[in-house]
Amino acid sequence: MKTSATRALIPLGIFLALAALLFYGLQLDPRKVPSPLIDKPAPDFALPSLKDPGQTITQDILKGKISLVNVWASWCPSCRQEHAELMRIARDNDVQVIGFNWKDNRADGLKMLQQFGDPYLVSLYDPDNQAGIDWGVYGAPETFVVDQEGIIRHKRIGPIDRAVWESEILPVIEQLQ
Amino acid sequence: MMRRLTQRFVTGLLLAGAIGCGTVQAYTLEEFTFEDPARAAEFRDLIGGLRCLVCQNESLAGSQAGVAQDLRKEVYRMMQEGKSRQDVVDFLVARYGDFVLYEPPLKPSTVILWFGPFLFVGIGGWLLFRTLQRKKAEPEQDLSEAERTRLQQLLARTGDHQD
Repeated sequence: MKTSATRALIPLGIFLALAALLFYGLQLDPRKVPSPLIDKPAPDFALPSLKDPGQTITQDILKGKISLVNVWASWCPSCRQEHAELMRIARDNDVQVIGFNWKDNRADGLKMLQQFGDPYLVSLYDPDNQAGIDWGVYGAPETFVVDQEGIIRHKRIGPIDRAVWESEILPVIEQLQ
Repeated sequence: MMRRLTQRFVTGLLLAGAIGCGTVQAYTLEEFTFEDPARAAEFRDLIGGLRCLVCQNESLAGSQAGVAQDLRKEVYRMMQEGKSRQDVVDFLVARYGDFVLYEPPLKPSTVILWFGPFLFVGIGGWLLFRTLQRKKAEPEQDLSEAERTRLQQLLARTGDHQD
């Protein structure tokens, strides 16, 4: 028979375990849904360029170089927020930044780039969410890290700032290099 | 009088606006028509069981979000092409993950989710059973001779008060 002192500690133990579990749960953000596309080849697409409607861009653009595929739209405030950081990343790093203009219209998208600068090697234009569904995009901004072979290695949901770049994205890229 | 009525009318309009706020545009499921009523019911049932990732407490059937509308159209298109329910679910899960399903699939990582409750009921039942067994095992304490006499006295006294 256990002593009554140890028995009295059992509820406390259960309480602490439950508290730890719930506290851990509080740290999780249910809005950040893990993508099933990680470590899978980027979905095929054929989209017109935002700047040049006559030019069709396909998944081939992702081969041979590490890419950041950044889903953005002119209607999205967080995209403006991260825009300056994307400009810096494109300037200072050996990665190609590909824009994925999503559920936007051409005139507004182009106006935003004119106003705030254009960090993108090229922007895909997907006003009707055709390729967006294949990429599992459900909001903007989202950013995919795609390796030299065109395989998705990381997905960032939400804007990128300096801290996110250094702690979350740069380590993935360094590992790929 | 007239002014008050106008005020009420304006307030009503504002309230209606507040309720509708956040919706980009009203939509109905009526744009999705099927020749076969069974197929239409299947469509409604299917999108009712899929989660809108933007407003996570809403199903694809109920959400006003732009992405939800796109996905409804996609599901409709696939069903018009004759794709089965499973095809549609597989298509969405491959892109958005299990999270689009309100009912998670049974696999190693979700075993606890499915069977955890039964486990807890089992533990509770076992504890209850054990406690009852122990209670039964304990010998009932009989009253001593002195206590018995005292009890008789008390009972007799209570009887006195009855009219």
